[in-house]
Amino acid sequence: MTKKAILFGLALPLMLAACKSKTEGGDTSSSQKGTAAIDMVAEGEPIKLELTPAPNVPAPVGNRAPKKVIVHLLTEEIEAEIADGQKYTFWTFNQVPGSFIRVREGDEVELHLENASNSVMPHNIDLHAVNGPGGGAEATFAAPGKEAVFTFKALNPGLYVYHCAAPPVPMHIGNGMYGLILVEPEGGLKPVDREYYIMQGEFYTKAGAAGVLEFDNDKAMAENPDYVLFNGKKGSMLGANMLEAKVGETIRLFVGNGGPNLVSSFHVIGEIFDNVYLEGGTTVSHNVQTTIIPAGGAAIVEFKVEVPGEYNIVDHSLSRTFNKGALGKIKVTGEENPKVFKKGGH
Amino acid sequence: MRLKIAYNLFFILCAIGTGSCTKQEPVPSLNNHSSHQELSQEIVPIESNVKMVEITGGKYLPFYSADDSLVAVNSFLIDERPVTNLEFLNFIKANPSWRKSNVKRIFADSTYLRDWVSDTVLPINSKPDAPVCFVSWFAAKAYANAVGKRLPKLDEWEFVAMADEEMPNAREKSTYSNAILNLYLIKDRQYNAVQQSKPNYWGVYNMFDLIWEWTDDFNSVLVSGESRAGEYGDNNLVCAAGATNATDVLNYAAFMRFGFRTSLKANYTISNLGFRCAQDITK
Repeated sequence: MTKKAILFGLALPLMLAACKSKTEGGDTSSSQKGTAAIDMVAEGEPIKLELTPAPNVPAPVGNRAPKKVIVHLLTEEIEAEIADGQKYTFWTFNQVPGSFIRVREGDEVELHLENASNSVMPHNIDLHAVNGPGGGAEATFAAPGKEAVFTFKALNPGLYVYHCAAPPVPMHIGNGMYGLILVEPEGGLKPVDREYYIMQGEFYTKAGAAGVLEFDNDKAMAENPDYVLFNGKKGSMLGANMLEAKVGETIRLFVGNGGPNLVSSFHVIGEIFDNVYLEGGTTVSHNVQTTIIPAGGAAIVEFKVEVPGEYNIVDHSLSRTFNKGALGKIKVTGEENPKVFKKGGH
Repeated sequence: MRLKIAYNLFFILCAIGTGSCTKQEPVPSLNNHSSHQELSQEIVPIESNVKMVEITGGKYLPFYSADDSLVAVNSFLIDERPVTNLEFLNFIKANPSWRKSNVKRIFADSTYLRDWVSDTVLPINSKPDAPVCFVSWFAAKAYANAVGKRLPKLDEWEFVAMADEEMPNAREKSTYSNAILNLYLIKDRQYNAVQQSKPNYWGVYNMFDLIWEWTDDFNSVLVSGESRAGEYGDNNLVCAAGATNATDVLNYAAFMRFGFRTSLKANYTISNLGFRCAQDITK
């Protein structure tokens, strides 16, 4: 019932998007228009998907037909900077957050999960975009040095979290094992000027060997993190790494929350979200100030920037921003727009 | 004297139970003849000088217990430390069928003794007295037979793992439990020599600080690879405690061990997975 409702609700925006992109030629999907995702035929030889680290996202699917695609993720346990020169032992899908995977409904995804030979732990992957047991977790349980493969058909358009589900799950997620997979609807999302990938996650730390921080189980159980971060590092989107846009452009943020525990009050200071794909699904809300992103959930937010300046990306549960690191920035350049914003009176 | 060992071929079922931890039938014993396809290999006995420690048996509450029922462990002998590179080299020299160029893939996968320079030369810069790794369950079993021993049973291993330096059952002590968890987070420990850390109450070294270890029935308890059924479980409360109860953090470390074992197949060879031997007490 739910699925039908989703597909039905999708029909209108889909058709609009499809019409728009038609002029760009090569509308290879027209033959399958109106077909349920489960009945869409993924044709041709499998192709290896290009994945991207945050804050970048791969190119839109546009109006291509469903394909067979291959996704390769490597799980590794690495030391990297978490904040202010301090190192932490992260567990990763390629990096933290994991690589952004972008497919379309009807795609058949062959997912290879390789666990690095020098890993201490076994790892696996549960993709929330999967219809099937454990989201792939059981099928991909990989010992150190081993690779596991499973295949799924993307049926439900939306933005989904993936994460490691190996025991103990809160530790694996708490060490950074999460990322996002976007399943675009037929015809693709409406083109925008800028797209970025942001993932929130909190870190529970204690001093480990050689001054490297590591996971603290007691703090995790108390849900009392030391760090709440975007893209796995304090300042990942500050200074030279600020996100960028120009006045008049529309920005789309793919925002996920790995958790493992906290729910995010996602907000961009000085902007209003024109569109929010609530919970990463199909329902679009408008004129939203702050959107809630649960642990293991996501949202797509879109907004047009009218005025130049620096815009703070925050978790509006504000102690996390002021004291625990949840802060990023978008630098918007261009002409002032006094009609929209100016200092002083009329 | 030559020991003739019949290896029963069987498929290790890595089917994951629907409950997140369930005790299964143990893996078939090496000495059971079956009507299935068989492969016979001759094992040449070798000397082993490793000291064995007597463990006084008793009852314990295993991680996988679904109803708080205790499991009895008989007294047994266990090697005081893991088998080393040098010891395994001696085994290889006496048993050419276990050299990396000869071993059958069904008994050891492609990374068997991965870093060894050749069939009989240890890896460059490796310590002869570091634990041997990249060995399969089959290879470990063959070694144990060559020295007239066996692999420890899972319950035996976990029984010894309850001890810290002072007492045979330290699972109530959070300091001890946290120490294990800390060790589990450190990489590349397997390259260190054995017996450089303190022994536990029994006089057994290196239970946690170097490697994961094969047990004879490693796949008899399956923690779901998906691993959450137990945590959310409505009646599997010990598993639930394993994941959520702060008062028995030892189970948290055990949870990780059982999770690791569940990811294994008998021909797997892994960078930080080795073994030690055990023996029945015959008096």
